[in-house]
This record gives sequence, C-alpha cells and structure tokens, in this order.
Amino acid sequence: MRYLPLSDDDRKAMLDAVGASSIDDLFADIPEAVRADGLADLPRTQGEMAVEAALSKLAAKNVAAAVVPVFVGAGAYRHHVPATVDHLIQRSEFLTSYTPYQPEITQGTLQTLFEFQTQVALLTGMEVANASMYDGSTATGEAVLMAHRATRRKRAVLSGGLHPHYRAVVETLSDFAGMAAETLAPDPLGREDLISQINDETSCVVVQYPSVFGTIQDLSDIAAAAHAQKALLIVVVTEIIALGALKSPGDMGADIVVGEGQSIGNGLNFGGPYVGLMACRQKLVRQMPGRLCGETVDADGKRGFVLTLSTREQHIRREKATSNICTNSGLCALAFTIHLSLLGEMGLRKLATINHANACALADRLAKVAGVDVLNETFFNEFTIRVSGAGGAPRDGAEVIDALVDKGILGGVPVSRLLPGDEAVKDLILVASTEINTDEDRAAYAAALQDVLA
Amino acid sequence: MATVYYTTDHEYVSVDGDVAAIGITEHAQEALGDIVFVEVPETGKSFAKGDDAAVVESVKAASDVFAPVAGEVVEVNGDLADNPSLVNEDAQGKAWFFKLKLSNKTELDGLMDADAYAKFVEESA
Amino acid sequence: MSMNKQGRPTTPAPARSSGTAGDRNNGGGDVAPETFSGNRGLSLEEPLLFEVGNLNSCGVDLPQPLDCAPRLGTLARETPIGLPGLSEPETMRHYVRLSQKNYSIDGGLYPLGSCTMKHNPRLNEKMARLPGFADVHPLQPQKTVQGALELIETLGGWLTEITGMAAVAMSPKAGAHGELCGMMAIKAAHLAKLKRSGTAGGAIANNSAAAAAAVAAAPKTVLVPESAHGTNPATAALIGYKVKTIPADADGTVRVDAVRAAIDDDTAAIMLTNPNTCGLFERDIVEIAKAIHDAGAYFYCDGANLNAIMGKAKPGDLGVDAMHINLHKTFSTPHGGGGPGAGPVVLSEALAPYAPVPFIVRDGGGFRLVEEASGAHEYGTGHDTPQQNAADPFGRLTAFHGQMGMFVRALSYMMSHGGDGLQQASEDAVLNANYVRAGLRDLFSQPFGDKPCMHEVLFDDSFLAGTGVTTLDFAKAMIDEGYHPMTMYFPLVVHGAMLVEPTESESKHALDEFIASLRALAIAAKAGDVDRFTSAPKFAPRKRLDETRAARSPRLRWQEDASS
Repeated sequence: MRYLPLSDDDRKAMLDAVGASSIDDLFADIPEAVRADGLADLPRTQGEMAVEAALSKLAAKNVAAAVVPVFVGAGAYRHHVPATVDHLIQRSEFLTSYTPYQPEITQGTLQTLFEFQTQVALLTGMEVANASMYDGSTATGEAVLMAHRATRRKRAVLSGGLHPHYRAVVETLSDFAGMAAETLAPDPLGREDLISQINDETSCVVVQYPSVFGTIQDLSDIAAAAHAQKALLIVVVTEIIALGALKSPGDMGADIVVGEGQSIGNGLNFGGPYVGLMACRQKLVRQMPGRLCGETVDADGKRGFVLTLSTREQHIRREKATSNICTNSGLCALAFTIHLSLLGEMGLRKLATINHANACALADRLAKVAGVDVLNETFFNEFTIRVSGAGGAPRDGAEVIDALVDKGILGGVPVSRLLPGDEAVKDLILVASTEINTDEDRAAYAAALQDVLA
Repeated sequence: MATVYYTTDHEYVSVDGDVAAIGITEHAQEALGDIVFVEVPETGKSFAKGDDAAVVESVKAASDVFAPVAGEVVEVNGDLADNPSLVNEDAQGKAWFFKLKLSNKTELDGLMDADAYAKFVEESA
Repeated sequence: MSMNKQGRPTTPAPARSSGTAGDRNNGGGDVAPETFSGNRGLSLEEPLLFEVGNLNSCGVDLPQPLDCAPRLGTLARETPIGLPGLSEPETMRHYVRLSQKNYSIDGGLYPLGSCTMKHNPRLNEKMARLPGFADVHPLQPQKTVQGALELIETLGGWLTEITGMAAVAMSPKAGAHGELCGMMAIKAAHLAKLKRSGTAGGAIANNSAAAAAAVAAAPKTVLVPESAHGTNPATAALIGYKVKTIPADADGTVRVDAVRAAIDDDTAAIMLTNPNTCGLFERDIVEIAKAIHDAGAYFYCDGANLNAIMGKAKPGDLGVDAMHINLHKTFSTPHGGGGPGAGPVVLSEALAPYAPVPFIVRDGGGFRLVEEASGAHEYGTGHDTPQQNAADPFGRLTAFHGQMGMFVRALSYMMSHGGDGLQQASEDAVLNANYVRAGLRDLFSQPFGDKPCMHEVLFDDSFLAGTGVTTLDFAKAMIDEGYHPMTMYFPLVVHGAMLVEPTESESKHALDEFIASLRALAIAAKAGDVDRFTSAPKFAPRKRLDETRAARSPRLRWQEDASS
C-alpha cells in the first residue's frame, strides 16, 4: 500500500525490538470476544488510477455550476476565486500543519490568522474578531449562546428574515441548552415589527443583513431598542461581499456580527467546508467562543503571534468553557484572507458593485417576464420573485426551478425548499446573481422562465 | 487591626469588624504563575459559603475563587481588571479581590490561622 | 480557590545574548544587528499585510460594472473599509514567506499525540477539486447532485462498516460538533423514552408543559473520566448535563467498578475515549457498556483514537451507542493549520431514530436528501441505507449537509487503502508507537509501567526529576532538533505528560532518527546541559513567545496607531 512505508522485513525487525512475537500481541488488551477479524466486507486496496477513475465517474453525475448559468444563493454563492488562492492554500506548510500550539514554528499560520481577524473586524465594523468558526450557521448559534452568557438572560428573538436553516440551528441549540428562541414569521417584504418583541428578558435580537429574501434594512432603530433593554443586537451576514457595498453592521450599532465567509476565497463544495465569521465589541471578547490569535514578542523582543485568552476554551475550562469548539476553519480562513488581500479595498468595493449591478440587470430583465413579480425594493445581489401562471394563478416555485433545470438553467432556490409546507411562500424563488453571470446568462434565464411560466 | 484567616483552598480572609477582604494567598499566586485576568463579583451580590465568587486566570489555568464564608459583597477591587499582575506583586496586600459583609461570623472558626496554614502548605507540598 | 492545573512558565526568560534586534518591525536595539535586514538566509522576516499593502493596490482585474440605478436603499457604504490590497506577485511572496515559518507533516515527523498527524495524500486534494464535487451548490435541485449524494452515502457505508454501527449522521462539521450531535441524540432518546412510557409528552422542540416535564424527569448526569479530552465535559455542559468525574485506575484505564460506583438514577450517559488518552485500550469496556445500558443510560465513545483499531475491534461490538469520527485524523483529510475538520457520528440502533436532518435516503433508483424534520417520518422504518432514516430527528446542526470537501478526501483515502489497507494502517500505527516506546523505555519514564500501548505512547516527566528541565523545555529542545514536539501536559492526570503518536506514515528509518534524537536529548538533560533546554528553541523563526503579555493586554488585530 503506497501510503505505508514499513516493509514486512521492517515489521519483523520492529516486533523483535518491541519484544512481541506477532502484531496481535500488541492488541492483547482487546477482549477476545470482541476482537474483529479485519474488514473483509470492504473493497480491497486500489491504485491511484482506479480510485481516480471511480471518483471522477461519481463527480460526473453532478451538474457542476461551471457548465450552466447559475443563479443559486441562499447562503452559498458562486464567485470567481483567483488561481493564486488555491495554489497558496495547498502549500505543504499551510495545508499539513496542525493548530498552532507551538508558536515558534507556526508563525505562518498565526500571522495569517491575525490578518484574518483584522480583516473581519474591519469589514464588519467591529472591534475584534475571532479566528473563525465552522460556518455561518453554527457561528450564529454560538453568538446567541454568547449573548445569553453576556446578558445572563435566556430569550433570543429571531427575525423572520433569518435564513430558515440558520434559524433551525439556533432553535436546536437553544432547545438543548434550555434557552428560548422566538422566531417571527417569514418576512419576504421586510415589514416585520421586531422592536415590539424586545423586552427586559431578551438577551439578543438576531437579524440577517441583507435578509434571506434579499431586503436591506437599516438596523439602527433595532439596535437602539435592544440597547434600551440591555439586550444585544446580533447581525448575521450570509453574503459577506455585500459589506463591500453596504454600511457596516458595526456602524448601525451591532454588538456581535456573525457571517458566512465562503464567498471570499472558497468554492461551493456542496455546502462545506465553509468559514464562519464572528466579530464583536471589545467588551464582549471574553465571552467569545473559538480561537483567538494575539500579538506579543519573543524572548529576543521580536514581534510574534500566539493563540491567546485560551482560558475561555474547553481544554482548560472543560465544563465551564464558553463553547466546546476546538478547531477553527483554518484553511478556509486562509483562503479568505488571501483572496481579500488580492482584492483589497478597491477590488472588494468594485466586486460588490459588479454583483449589485448584475443583480439589478437580472431583476429588470426577469420583471419583464409575464408571471414574474420582483418583490424587493432593496437588495444587494439576491432578490425574491413571485411566479404565477396564466391568469395570475400561483405557480409552485420548486416545479418552476425543476423545469428550468431541464432547460439548462440553475435558476435559484425555491423558498419552499427552506420552508416546506408554508403555503404563503410556495410561489417564491430566491434568485442570486454574482460577477460570474454574463448578459447571455441573463438572457437565457429570462427566455427559459418565459417558456416555463407560459 | 485586621485578623487574617486562611482556607484549605488557598484563600485568605482578612477580617476587620463585620467586613472581610478576600483574596488568594501568596502561595497560591506563586503556584499559578503569571496572573493575566481577574473577574470579581458585582457589589451587592450575596454568597453562601462555598459559592463561586470570582475567577483568577493565568495563561494556562482558570481557577474559581470560592466565598470562604457567607456574606454580601460590599466592595470590589477595581484595580485588578486593568492590572492583574498586582496579584503576583502583592497578593495579600493590595490585590484583595472583594470585601464581604459577614452574615455569620462563627463560620470563621472553621478557618486556619497563619501558622496552621503554613503547616498545611508544607504538608500538602 | 481551585488549583487544577500544572503551572508552567508562559513568559520567556530574556535572552542572554542580544544582537538579534535588527528586525525592521521592531526598531533596533543599541547593539549591532545579526543581519541588517533582519533576515537570516532562507529565514525571511515578513511584515503584516497592513504594513506592506495599501488601499489602492489590487491583485485582481475585474470588468467594469454595468450601469445601474442602485437599489441599496439608504444604506450604500460611504466610508472606506480600510482593507489593504496587494498585487498578485506581492500576494504570492507575502504568503509564501509566511508559509515558510510553519512546521508541517509534509516536512517532518509530527508526533502530536491524540491528533493523528498522518500523511495527507495529494490524490485526495485532486479528487476534492473535481468540478462535479467542488463546484456544486448545496441547494441545487437534487436531481442535479445525485453523484454528490451517492458519495456521501458511500462514505457513510464505509464508516458504519468500519465501526460496526447501525447508522451515521454526516452533517457535524468537526469532532467537537460530532460530540454535540451524539450527546443531543442521547438526550433526545431519553426524552422520547419518557414520552413513550407516558411519564411526559411532547417533543423537546415544543415548549409545552409536557415537554418541560420530560426535561425535568430525564436523567441529568454524564460520567466523564478525568483523563478525557476537555471537549467531553464542555459538550455535556453545553446541553445542560452535569458532569461527574470518574477516576482512572493506577494502570491508566477506567475499571468497571468505578463506573458502577458512579452510576445512579440520574445517569444519562458515559463519555469514554477508547483507546483512551493514555494510549491504552479500555479492557473493561464491554462490562462498562453493559453496566451503563443496564442503568438505562447510553455509551458515548470519543472516536479520536479510531486510528488504532480499524479491523481490530468494532465500536458496535463493544456496546457503543454513539461515536464521532474525526475524518481529519483517521482518514487523512488535512488539518490545514486548525481546520476545517469533519465529524460524522456513527449511531447504534437505539439512537439512530434521533439523528439530525439532513440525511439521505434511497428513493427509487436515486438518492434523496431529507432536509426537514417534518419530512422525516415517512422514512422512519428500516435502515436500507447507512445514513439514518431518522424517525424523530432532534433538529439541525448546520445550514447545509456537512463537510463535502472532506468527505471526498476521506473516501479517496479509504478507497486507496481498502479494508485490508486500513487494517494494516492501524497495525503499523500501533507498531510504530510501540517501537518508539521500546527505543526510549530505558531513558524515559512511563507512568503506568512498560507495557504495550496502542497507537500512541505516554511518558511522564519523572525521568527529568532533578535535572532542572521541564516537559516544556524538553519539547522546545525538540524543535531545535527539527521535530514538532509531542502533545504535552495532556492528559492532565499524568504529571508533565508527553504523548507521542508517530502514526503509520513514518518509516523505520525516520523513527530510528527520531528515537536517536530523543535519546540524545534525554542524556543531555540528565548530564546537566540545562541551557540547551531552557533557551530552546534557538533555531526556529521565533524564540519562546511571551504568552503572559499576550493575555494580559490582548492585541487581537492590527491597528494603525499601535507601534510594536
């Protein structure tokens, strides 16, 4: 087997050195009754060529986004990632290094984490950021628990504009942790009254910006209302590129900002691995979960970086830790940092402008298709459409998307996929457009949709 | 003049009238190493004997400070937030953590005096 | 005050020889610098992005945006973000230079006990980048992602076969997330049991009085051995369990008597690592599982050390109810400097119904992803696929379907090995650890005596007693010898612990060199060559770092006005 360096002669010599007569001597502590006799029901070892052929065949059964016009978003976005990013993250020293427990020989990882934390803090308009979380949804769950700890309260209020899967993650965690999560009804038009839900038992208000339906709302009033009750405002951003074009959550009074960083540096990967972002006010930093990298000096006085404030964490605090989390999403965070270094201020803002302009162009074009209503007054690069057929009868969004596939278009996410059984949203579709979409893509989409709705 | 008592948890209780200042002992700060963070309770909070009252952290360890006797917090040491190293410099002086108004002075009877504590430290070494 | 940890210095002693202060980031000392640039040959200093980049540089050529009337409402950004950019060649150089300050498994032996730093095959990387896997959206219509679903399903099949378990939940994003999944399934199972017995009604997800009654009636204590990973008690506490610590026996294992003594009416589960964190197989495990089941509780096994037992023992046969599998340990997906990992959880028949959404079912000739709890009931019978057909999912753990990129890599690794190769990998991993033990046993000390270990060997610091050298010093001296240190000060139950896990990826030659270096260091320590240890590392990109300073006045981001 090509990954195993020991030869049979080596094994024999090593067993001799150990003083074992056979390899089974070393497994003697396994009770005889439960000893396994190998893994005979699994396939046998295969060469690289065979494995590659088998997996390529499986991959070919999927419709890759590269080969069709794609307008699918709802928390994961297809952007162009420069070749440099993928090359750099595959460098041995980044790819095959462990969590930087020995800072003298992991300054590479540590310095990039420090850069990452700074970039995330700047983008979100917050004072500090951690070294990343698993993804945006788990970061949201952790942020709610963090708010509970910080306020010593147990009731979270979730906006109806929050991604339903994020909401489900928060609800699951809350149920098991004995906390309350109250969710407002799905809010495609951005008209919910969140402020009246805030009271002196509220630990936090969770709002997505832009909302899962694409709407952009000024959160300053919600922040003020939350703060008046000593509650925290948690802002969730699932399309981080949006912050290149929009006022930052920090500017509107957010206390904790969490988000999905996949759009920068990371591919779609059918849902993971992604990179969760988490930033907060300085005063909340000791309540923050996850790894934190900090600046210090070495014995010679040279600047260096270390993991710090680790007494928050499970390996020291055990059952009193802020979270059970141990890893971050290191390599995805690195991809984020490298891509954002390539973009810089100018690149990110231009990229955001392109995204917005492409989405505007798409919205205008789809609005002209009979049976399509664009619901949003405001949006960044994703908006909601309502589809109807002849005579204005509502059409099932999932069926429309399915029919579009047959015409070679990945047309978006039917809201019913996120909120099954909710009749009120059955005719809604989330449509996203990024820099990858061309005028031909838009034309093809409009034409196909016209056919499907006719 | 205050009377100082000690606990088996390496805390001291410096009693002056009804009020006792509580902190960790010189021996404890030495064992913990460089102190990087201290969290003190809120004024007005009441503790039963043995409650978690404060937290003291070195880089690699977080330790709970227990209320060695029952009482209400009447004052906390605000200097420790900005300058946790005070605990290393003057554990049994300027680096007291919080002051309790004692609710049951007889609880002090169960604590050690300086000599008994010194012996306790020696024996548990 | 609770003093539970072994103190160790976190502020380095000041260097006795100066003359290296010429680093351009740090101002100079008043002594002549070692070099004028601060670089030392191939060891290059590199400033922060924020010091080399600027707001007008960009390394990406983007097209001109279309003209449009913005629809951002009143919220268009008006202030700069402050993000510096770099041209492409500058980006390349910045990050290549930074990478060169890292130790890596590609570059050398990485004997971190409990972390399983094995070879990361590049075939895995190539497979994960096939557009059919990498460029697929998680919410594309399911008919366009049948290959992706099949891959997850196939991987699940390998995992259940290797572990002898009934089902698997694939969505947890990392080991600790998997622990959370497993413990949630256990809590859900307890509540469902109460519901069935009529003690209380209502699902956990509804806040009815009945549900509250079930929560109140359900057992609330989880048993955790003192040698456990910190994640175990942290996970249990996160979902409201009280943690009861079980002592280990003098031989480093947990005995069934200690477990029996700890069990009471309030026991919900035990969380046990096997092989344990001392590198030993828990011999009483079958009896422990039985005692736990007899008490109506469940057995959570921390699967961090699965690499020792593939083909040698199946957790399902041992009585395990739930176990996470760190794909980044046993199945070679790269650690990436701290993630991303992946932590699928295998489940027993008893827990399978409670697995979270989403999961995959076979549907006609294809595969179907069940994404909502409400949609789960129709699939609630039989296990015709290794993905659990959960009848009563406890909820959702993450927005999408798990770490697909890691799944491809892990399956690529498993298919390469095959069942025979995986067993050989476990055997070689155990042999390698024992070979290191044999090579060091006369100079090092083992806390539980000289007996065979599993895939990692544990030493304590008693062989350093009186030398003035600590475990930390010894570890730092290994850096100068070109090795990443072993895991140290863990498990906490062993004083000055040094946990060495060489993995199966090391050749006999590499191990011979490693053993020779460690022997030389042990001899030097015993001979009184203390300076070699206390001032180590001398040859790394940085000397020891001041962790006290970092924690006392945290600087967690770059700021323009802050001077270093």
